[in-house]
Amino acid sequence: MTRIDVRVDGVSYQDEVEPRTLLVHHLREQLGKVGTVVGCDTSNCGACTVHLDGQAVKSCTVLAVQADGCEVTTIEGIADGATLHPVQRAFHEMHGLQCGFCTPGMIMASIDLLQENPDPSDTEVREGIEGNLCRCTGYQNIVRAVQHAAAEMRGDQGAPGDGPAEAESATDSAAAPHVAVQA
Amino acid sequence: MTAVEDRPGIESPAPAREVGQARRRKEDARLITGRTTWTDNLVLPGMLHLAVVRSPVAHAKISAIDVSAAQQAPGVIAVFTGRDFADEQGSIPCAWPVTPDMVNPGHPSLAVDEVNHVGEAVAVIVARSKAAAADAVELVDVDYDSLPVVLDMEEALGDQPVLTHDHLQSNESFHFVFDGGENGVADDTDRAFADAEVVVSRRFVQQRLIPAFMEPRAVAVQPQGDNYTMWSSTQVPHILRLMLAMVTGVPEHKLRVIAPDVGGGFGGKLQVTPEEVIALLVARRLGKPVKWAESRSESLMSAHHGRDQVQYIDIAADREGNVKGLRCRILADMGAYLRLVSPGVPILGAFMFNGIYKFPAYRFECRGVFTNKTPTDAYRGAGRPEATFAVERIMDELAVELDVDPLELRRKNWIKAEEFPFTTCAGMTYDSGDYDAATEQALQLIGYDELRAEQRRRRESNDPVQLGIGFSTFTEMCGLAPSRVLGSLSYGAGGWEHASIRMLPTGKVEVVTGSSAHGQGHETAWSQLVADRLGVPFEDVEVLHGDTSIAPRGLDTYGSRSLVVGGVAVVNAADKVVAKARTVAAHMLEANEDDLEFAGGKFSVRGTPGSEVGIQEIALATFAAHDFPEGVEPSIDADATYDPENFSFPHGTHICAMEVDTETGFVKIRKYACVDDVGTIVNPLIVEGQVHGGLAQGIAQALYEEAVYDADGNLTTGTFVDYLVPSAADLPHFDTGNTVHAAPGNPIGAKGVGEAGCIASTPAVVNAALDAVRHLGVRDIRMPLTPERVWRALHDGGDGGGRATAGSNAYGGAQTETTAGVSTPQSALGGDR
Repeated sequence: MTRIDVRVDGVSYQDEVEPRTLLVHHLREQLGKVGTVVGCDTSNCGACTVHLDGQAVKSCTVLAVQADGCEVTTIEGIADGATLHPVQRAFHEMHGLQCGFCTPGMIMASIDLLQENPDPSDTEVREGIEGNLCRCTGYQNIVRAVQHAAAEMRGDQGAPGDGPAEAESATDSAAAPHVAVQA
Repeated sequence: MTAVEDRPGIESPAPAREVGQARRRKEDARLITGRTTWTDNLVLPGMLHLAVVRSPVAHAKISAIDVSAAQQAPGVIAVFTGRDFADEQGSIPCAWPVTPDMVNPGHPSLAVDEVNHVGEAVAVIVARSKAAAADAVELVDVDYDSLPVVLDMEEALGDQPVLTHDHLQSNESFHFVFDGGENGVADDTDRAFADAEVVVSRRFVQQRLIPAFMEPRAVAVQPQGDNYTMWSSTQVPHILRLMLAMVTGVPEHKLRVIAPDVGGGFGGKLQVTPEEVIALLVARRLGKPVKWAESRSESLMSAHHGRDQVQYIDIAADREGNVKGLRCRILADMGAYLRLVSPGVPILGAFMFNGIYKFPAYRFECRGVFTNKTPTDAYRGAGRPEATFAVERIMDELAVELDVDPLELRRKNWIKAEEFPFTTCAGMTYDSGDYDAATEQALQLIGYDELRAEQRRRRESNDPVQLGIGFSTFTEMCGLAPSRVLGSLSYGAGGWEHASIRMLPTGKVEVVTGSSAHGQGHETAWSQLVADRLGVPFEDVEVLHGDTSIAPRGLDTYGSRSLVVGGVAVVNAADKVVAKARTVAAHMLEANEDDLEFAGGKFSVRGTPGSEVGIQEIALATFAAHDFPEGVEPSIDADATYDPENFSFPHGTHICAMEVDTETGFVKIRKYACVDDVGTIVNPLIVEGQVHGGLAQGIAQALYEEAVYDADGNLTTGTFVDYLVPSAADLPHFDTGNTVHAAPGNPIGAKGVGEAGCIASTPAVVNAALDAVRHLGVRDIRMPLTPERVWRALHDGGDGGGRATAGSNAYGGAQTETTAGVSTPQSALGGDR
């Protein structure tokens, strides 16, 4: 067993772990951070994506011991109290999720993408989240959500508060008519 | 998205109404914050972990199992083999004997003497941790005496085939026939073909797919005395409870099944799985809570697969392009065993192969075939994608034969708007629709004329990248299902759905539904329905589901049935609540019931302004029951069970524009547009999302996904590295629209949307690819349209061949042209062998 010290979602945890323990299993089984999930065993699906020192990683490809001394942020740690992260809000607004199993990883990957590219095109979003699989949505509303969040985070017109319809027209006109139905 | 509302009486969404609004989902709050209740999140005091030992061989006798090393491993509590449970595990149930003489080999949850596919469970480890259980799997020593395997359906039905099960006489499970002529709903098929001026025959392969829901399956069982609570990642908690009781002998009333948050299903969790049975048996044997959670590779290998048909399709027509008959001979791969509805899946197609066209004569035959592969069962669309693919592909082939425009051929033969309700050659009564309207809108959406012009330019300039346009003008049957129809098809249950509504003292409303959502947004859509019906705020409604103690009656979620059947039960229950509240209101307002009007959640006395009482106030008065009308029970709660009269028949026109790089074989969807008519739309956001998701899966069948077995019966696409679930970068933008023809006879007017995109899109994509390269001599390309296959079809002729080695269904070379009595010229061609 190896002793590690990891700060997760703002809380420090000291634990003994088996060297073979994957970070995702440590998070889920020892720390109870079950918001982060496991969707595959080959690092293809990205459902387990978290931030390790601010960068998105698939936590099934990181050993818990490698996270020693690091800061981990999970889906459970990105909201500011009761205020959701703009990407969380955008996934809700744009119907970027259905069953929601891929959603934590998808949101964490999207936040990372927007840190690198605050104004991604449709293609750039699609390529940026290529490592995260979703079986429900067909991705279109996820792309909308990421671009919607990007606009808000840039402080552009069309961000939430200006009304979803305007935000849509800035990103994806196909979504606008029905999205606009609800004020 | 636009709506064409061309029938009188269809209400347009007014702001005050919830139905029609793009309400953001109530479900999202917990899902976007990670506050979820997936089964694998569950930790119970004293809980033990299960790991399953699986067969590495496709067909063998088990001569010995030595579990002693595993038993001694650290943390291992127990190890059980099939022999340990032989007397109590029964057989995984098959609820759909499609013919009276259907052969069911029986399906032990843990193999006892023989294994029949790779991945079959042979032993289970019980350990204090998941890691300890997984470690011990390696220590179980099983002696397998290998037997020959049969993987190809046509070989399996040939002379003296290898038998999937030694104790059976053949590999045929059933031979189901539906003949429109014999059933008195169509003309004689043989005569139609004998008299036909043109007959086109094709052999299509529906490759094997894997549902690949994102949440791997998991199950946990907690014994409490002689009661058991099971949490399972299932679509069907009610069916599961009933079947587990019947299989294991745990009395139904001692068993509670909970489907907590469930991460997708797509039919893949419409099952009673060996692992669920095993978990219950282990919990009963040890008296301890247990949990099993699968890995992705375990899931791909052992959760049921879908599709896997070989289709021999003959179409008869006259020279003017009027269709005269359709004949379908289908081989459907059951895999090694029959699971819950395995045989019923291809049989659902029996009523759909004719599509939207007016075939005077129709005959459908299907043989269910055993092979040494993972069992097949429902996958999004279940029988209807297979049927739609066949008819939409053969219509294109007929158009080529007749040298007419494929859309014109369709138009000439499809049911006209004024002909509804229309009874088809398969005996179905299509409810409503307008195929012309949907098609016109789809053509505009995709910019059809410009695409055709570009296609001409590329052809004339001999551009290495050619453009093709493909159509799919589809319908499907939704709202499974009228119980009497299921009875006539020998299905083991009904098709009703149940709901109850509880009016709480504070006026809040609990809606209990027998539907079991796993991503569909029922909590939101049902709230919209009830908010309108009762006139209460959307926020005041809570929807409860997925727990047999909370929602004791139900038949769960599959077959695009939830809104169409379950939603109507909710609406009917709400109407009963209003009726009961009316009696109380009359008493409170000292008025005659007949003089009351109910609107906006309030009863008022007609002609007496200011005299009114709200239904939420009535709920409190009912709770207190201090002053209740004489002889009336103090409750305005209500239940309803709804059994539909008919299926519903959503339809739509899907158009795909496809670029094919003739030098590399790479195909790319340039544009995809579809206009679906799913009846009244309760929540356009959810409807659009369902269409998108369906499109992704249907396109994935056309372009990416295939479960491939090698010659020994090993699944070679057993991880997400090999089984290509598309990413965002692999899929195009979708342009979607709707026409709205309310489903007659359905109080909501909804027709079902869950499977539409998946059913419609596959043939549109393949037709588009073929349209791009047909002038280069390509007549067919086998799905999925990998660059290699497309390149081979272009450069070697044929259909591009199979990806698998010889002996499996995906292999093109083993097919015999005469197996189904049909000459298929293209089947003799092409591909690497």
